Amino acid sequence: MNVVEKQKLIAEGIRSDGRKFDELRPIKIESGVLPNANGSSYLEQGRNKVLVGVFGPRELHPKHLANPHRAVLRCRYHMAPFSTDPRRSPAPSRRDTELSMVMRSALESALFLERYPHASIDVFVEILEADGSTRCASTVAASVALVDAGIPMTDLVVACSAGKVDGEIVLDLNDVEDKEGQADLPLAYMPKLGKVTLLQMDGVLTMEEFDKAFGLALQGCNKIYEFQKEALKTKYAKSGVKETVQ
Amino acid sequence: MSQLLENRVLVVPGDMLADGGLRPGENTYRLHGKIHAARVGLVEYNRGTVSVIALKANYEPKVGETVIGTITEIDLGSWRVDIDAPSQAVLNLPEAIGEPFRPEMVLPNIFGIGDSIVARIVSMNRDGTPVLSTLEPGLGKVEVGRVVRITSSKIPRLIGKRGSMVNMILKETGCQIVIGQNGIVLLNCKDREVEQLVVQVLHKIESEAHTTGLTNRVYEYIKEMKEKSKK
Repeated sequence: MNVVEKQKLIAEGIRSDGRKFDELRPIKIESGVLPNANGSSYLEQGRNKVLVGVFGPRELHPKHLANPHRAVLRCRYHMAPFSTDPRRSPAPSRRDTELSMVMRSALESALFLERYPHASIDVFVEILEADGSTRCASTVAASVALVDAGIPMTDLVVACSAGKVDGEIVLDLNDVEDKEGQADLPLAYMPKLGKVTLLQMDGVLTMEEFDKAFGLALQGCNKIYEFQKEALKTKYAKSGVKETVQ
Repeated sequence: MSQLLENRVLVVPGDMLADGGLRPGENTYRLHGKIHAARVGLVEYNRGTVSVIALKANYEPKVGETVIGTITEIDLGSWRVDIDAPSQAVLNLPEAIGEPFRPEMVLPNIFGIGDSIVARIVSMNRDGTPVLSTLEPGLGKVEVGRVVRITSSKIPRLIGKRGSMVNMILKETGCQIVIGQNGIVLLNCKDREVEQLVVQVLHKIESEAHTTGLTNRVYEYIKEMKEKSKK
């Protein structure tokens, strides 16, 4: 039998896409891109392209889902049929449903849901192109869109992944590294409050490796946080020049 | 005082504004004795209170405000009105016509589904639902006009200091303008061209709110546009 040797993902300290171990992919975030939504954002991280629209707080339909004590946060994570190669079915998959739930719990703790009883806040995430760590990219974009919708929040939510590829702990996994790597550790975090809102792990890491990956992901989050702030400041700085209203 | 930032610095949610000694004002919250921002906006320290002037905020109804809404549902003796708020408002029949309810009254003949109404928020229900009234003069069904939406947090700018902005627009264009605090503006103009001009002016105010000398610039803008249309 022919043994095909698996292609190495790391050669001489450089990853398959030319990055160092602790380097993020290039990121671009823009807020307020959809005029019909209450809030929106567009994010590019490497080859990832994510579009987010936020609606609400608004009256929840159907009403039996409403909670009389707090608002309901509803997330819809969806990958476009053309986001992957080969084409993917547009019907929501089991994975889409799971990621919607994961994002909801990552974002929920940053919102003042108890202020809007009976209402719903709806977050629609559309992955236009997927290149690994989309749950992190979506969470980052969604929290910018929530701020853009004018919804009060305790903090922004930043997310970033780290993992183990070819025995090395690396930051911000891309698609190949995610699939071929040995472990994947997505982390969502509120930087100003210092709280972790999501931590998942897929694969095997030793305790030491976990600590290292966690620290690396945290660093990545702090870097991405600056991009989030930048996106909001570029949009709102224009209107934010000095003058008292009334 | 434990002011951490300068006045009128742009902040995003989570930014720490003060570490004790001050009171949390609008769009802020207190956590472990520290005050943080809850919305994107400009921080303001004023007489012991820290607040954030929101640059974008979802509409949160308050008692006494005039709003413009659309009828979405008709119940027995009341209407449900969409006012772009977290929950739909209620308009009870006595508050609409000033008479008690009688079973032979036909509610759709007073306000039908899809009708726009100008109303005032008179109280809040226990569950936070706003309760409306259309009994005062100037309130009631919208018969003619055009509805324009802008961000509700920019409404104070459209009104201006003691109504300076809205009065100027009225004087310059002759359009009747009804402003809902929920960000919905009703225009009633002589012709389509003037109406179109005012719509552009509203969007200009929305995007340039918080800049100095806006009233004057809008005045110049209206003049310029009027000149153009004459040619």
